Amino acid sequence: MNFNEEHKKVLVEPLVDNNPITLQVLGICSALAVTSQLSTALIMSLALTSVTACSSAGIAFIRNHVPSSIRIIAQMVIIASLVIVVDQILKAFAYEISKKLSVFVGLIITNCIVMGRAEAYAMKNPPWESFLDGVGNGLGYSLILITVATFRELFGSGKLLGIEVLPLLKDGGWYVPNGLLLLPPSAFFLIGLLIWAVRTWKPQQVEKAEFTIMPAHGEAH
Amino acid sequence: MPDSANPNTAGMQLSDKIAGFIERANAYAQKILVLPNDSFQKTLAVAFALCLVGAVLVSGSAVALKPLQESNKSKDERVNILDVAGLLEEGTNIEEAFKNIEPKIVDLATGEYVDSIDPKTFDQRKAAKDPAMSEAIPPEKDIANIKRKPKYAKVYLVKEDGQLKAIILPVSGYGLWSTMYGFIALEADAQTVIGLNLYDQAETPGLGGEVVNPKWKALWKGKKVYNFTGKELHESNLTEKGQQIDIGEVALGLVKGSVDPSKPGSEYQVDALAGATLTSRGVSNLVSYWMSKEGFGLYLAKLRSQRG
Repeated sequence: MNFNEEHKKVLVEPLVDNNPITLQVLGICSALAVTSQLSTALIMSLALTSVTACSSAGIAFIRNHVPSSIRIIAQMVIIASLVIVVDQILKAFAYEISKKLSVFVGLIITNCIVMGRAEAYAMKNPPWESFLDGVGNGLGYSLILITVATFRELFGSGKLLGIEVLPLLKDGGWYVPNGLLLLPPSAFFLIGLLIWAVRTWKPQQVEKAEFTIMPAHGEAH
Repeated sequence: MPDSANPNTAGMQLSDKIAGFIERANAYAQKILVLPNDSFQKTLAVAFALCLVGAVLVSGSAVALKPLQESNKSKDERVNILDVAGLLEEGTNIEEAFKNIEPKIVDLATGEYVDSIDPKTFDQRKAAKDPAMSEAIPPEKDIANIKRKPKYAKVYLVKEDGQLKAIILPVSGYGLWSTMYGFIALEADAQTVIGLNLYDQAETPGLGGEVVNPKWKALWKGKKVYNFTGKELHESNLTEKGQQIDIGEVALGLVKGSVDPSKPGSEYQVDALAGATLTSRGVSNLVSYWMSKEGFGLYLAKLRSQRG
């Protein structure tokens, strides 16, 4: 369980340089659904990070013995079991939040980030590295989720973690909340803006155009 | 001393057996592990082993965490009951507030209390599925679209200094996507609504899902349920004064547009939910069904007649 430069890179790279949401645009359906409140986003982040880390480690542990014909199914069994365990734990210790997250905890099973890391990294690397890779990608996802949720809850309902920050006009304060931010489309806009911001900061993340549009020659030819 | 020696040898044999089994399993695992990955035998063995580990993990956590989850659920139900009766304020001690609330089992067919069933263990949602405890509703009567109704229902009586303050009744009905479960709370006159709380539903968030919106829920307070026209008299049950009991017609329901409080009949009307016609209809139907003589109508009529 050593920790060298290579491990640090595996852990830190998915935060910005190879972020699963902003660069790979994976796992955004839950990012849209659970970010209207910071508390749900935090629990979701925690759930996804632990599932990605543990499933990657588990898959890496048996990677040399998984028959390629049932590779995906074998990964799914590990991921699904862990997700159910996480769901059970949430129902036991964070009932209110688990009710708000409802199906989205279960849907971690199909989250592209978890499957993507299992297939792309854990099948080829030892457990400890895979575990760190899972934590790193989970944190990358969490970073975006928490950023979006902070913005949505603060400007959508004037609160953070349920505590009033901007006093609302209807309660005698001065802030008029932006109702759009509480609806799912606003998460789309915010994630779009975030991707724009990250790619302006790090232009190497901009994808090369797959083709160029031919200049118009006009009808005369 | 054969008696004392026996358990010892039995113990030895058992641990020997286990050790032998582990040894054989180990040997088998070694044999399997060296096989090529894609061989038939190894594919089966890996799949089986993975499923076994997964199953142990899942069932282990489900069983171990069950008591905690159950207590969360029952606490949640209590919160919903307090909420519908308007007894829930920030910082309310749930256990303390629940001391004034008495669960009772009501026989829906006679409208009388049943003492032979323990309210603590009675689960109405389970009972509604149990053929012995429920009956199928004929389609023409099934306006709430719930297919079966339990013969007995668990109601909650809120008492203050021995006086009945509120009656809390469980209701259910189909909306657009889901069967909605909830409570309706009436004042002691069994006519005035305190609140409706549909705590378990899966209607469209933002449209039908607005049934949980506190603003909309507040509209129910003070509305009336029955219109006493004398048409819904109960045929057999005479009161002590020799009169037939008037169950009353259920008049309460949702209407489109906003309710004008100055118009006659507005005490029977609640704003429907914008953009959720089918959910609104479902809510109207569930109120009509459960308040009618198919549901709690007779029970409530008897409560009223006892008040005089």
